Amino acid sequence: MTHDHDHDHDHDHEHDHDHDHGHHHDHDHPHDHGPFQPDIKEPSEEWEFLEIAMRELLIQKGIITAREVEDMIEDWDGKVPENGARIVARAWTDPAFKARLLADGNAGVEEMGMSVPGLKLVVLENTPKVHHMVVCTLCSCYPRTILGLPPLWYKSRAYRTRTVREPRVVLSEFGTELPDSVEVRVVDSTADCRYLVLPMRPEGTDGWSAEQLASLATRDSMIGTAQALKPDGARG
Amino acid sequence: MAAFEVGQAVRVRDEHPLQPQPIHIRTPWYLRGKHGVVERRFGEFHNPEHLAVGKYDTPEVTLYWVRFTMDELWAGDGTYGPSDSLVVEIYEHWLEPDDSARRAA
Repeated sequence: MTHDHDHDHDHDHEHDHDHDHGHHHDHDHPHDHGPFQPDIKEPSEEWEFLEIAMRELLIQKGIITAREVEDMIEDWDGKVPENGARIVARAWTDPAFKARLLADGNAGVEEMGMSVPGLKLVVLENTPKVHHMVVCTLCSCYPRTILGLPPLWYKSRAYRTRTVREPRVVLSEFGTELPDSVEVRVVDSTADCRYLVLPMRPEGTDGWSAEQLASLATRDSMIGTAQALKPDGARG
Repeated sequence: MAAFEVGQAVRVRDEHPLQPQPIHIRTPWYLRGKHGVVERRFGEFHNPEHLAVGKYDTPEVTLYWVRFTMDELWAGDGTYGPSDSLVVEIYEHWLEPDDSARRAA
């Protein structure tokens, strides 16, 4: 985060001035800085400065408060793939819920206290015949409110370009090998839909509770780069 | 009103507009001019090409799920199984009837 940049600029100028004179010798001996590890990287990209400037202006003008920014960050930090896994586990154990979820993803996740506001949630059911795999070739569209922020690789140009062209190579790099009899259906998320893959329930989990099953529904299995874990925790 | 039916053969418009600026298009480049089949109709949505430039009151457009075979997209220049496919959301104004399929039928 960049909280240390919420400062009084006039004061800082004076401080920098003193610093330059009082500690000039530091610059001649860059290795004499003592045992401290370097701090996290200072902002350097244009978008980082833009974010800081925009946030400071909004706060100074009283449009939002610093507390609201922190609350929003905490709220987003609480959105994690485990929420999606609860949806999957319930679908595995409650056929009526699964039917409602597949018919209307938004209504289905609202039953679980979650939502995908302003977008259409489409739940893609994997079967022995069809394996869905989600990508956003244009940017990074992702069901963030139920799976949290996307993994970095999901936003990489390599994943976005290769998934539509060599999906089985990408799958194998995730450790996922599927026979040719299975249709790999790549879903390019370009517009108003968001996608949650409903992986197949692993064999050997008869009698498992929804809570136990949720531990097998990994983030990657809900993106479609993997299958759900096996009962012993091994990759599917 | 939706112009295309589920199951209908369509073609993605082979257009590459650069105007007006700023421009915002949600139809991926690699699909322009490709032939697919309407798989599903999602209803009416605001046109992101307008939303992106601050026009919020223009008519909504129908959004479709269009399915393509991998061979149609890559003609073998890729790594995929014989039955693999790709589905993508495309707004109605980027689709046109696939006349070649109609003639073949």
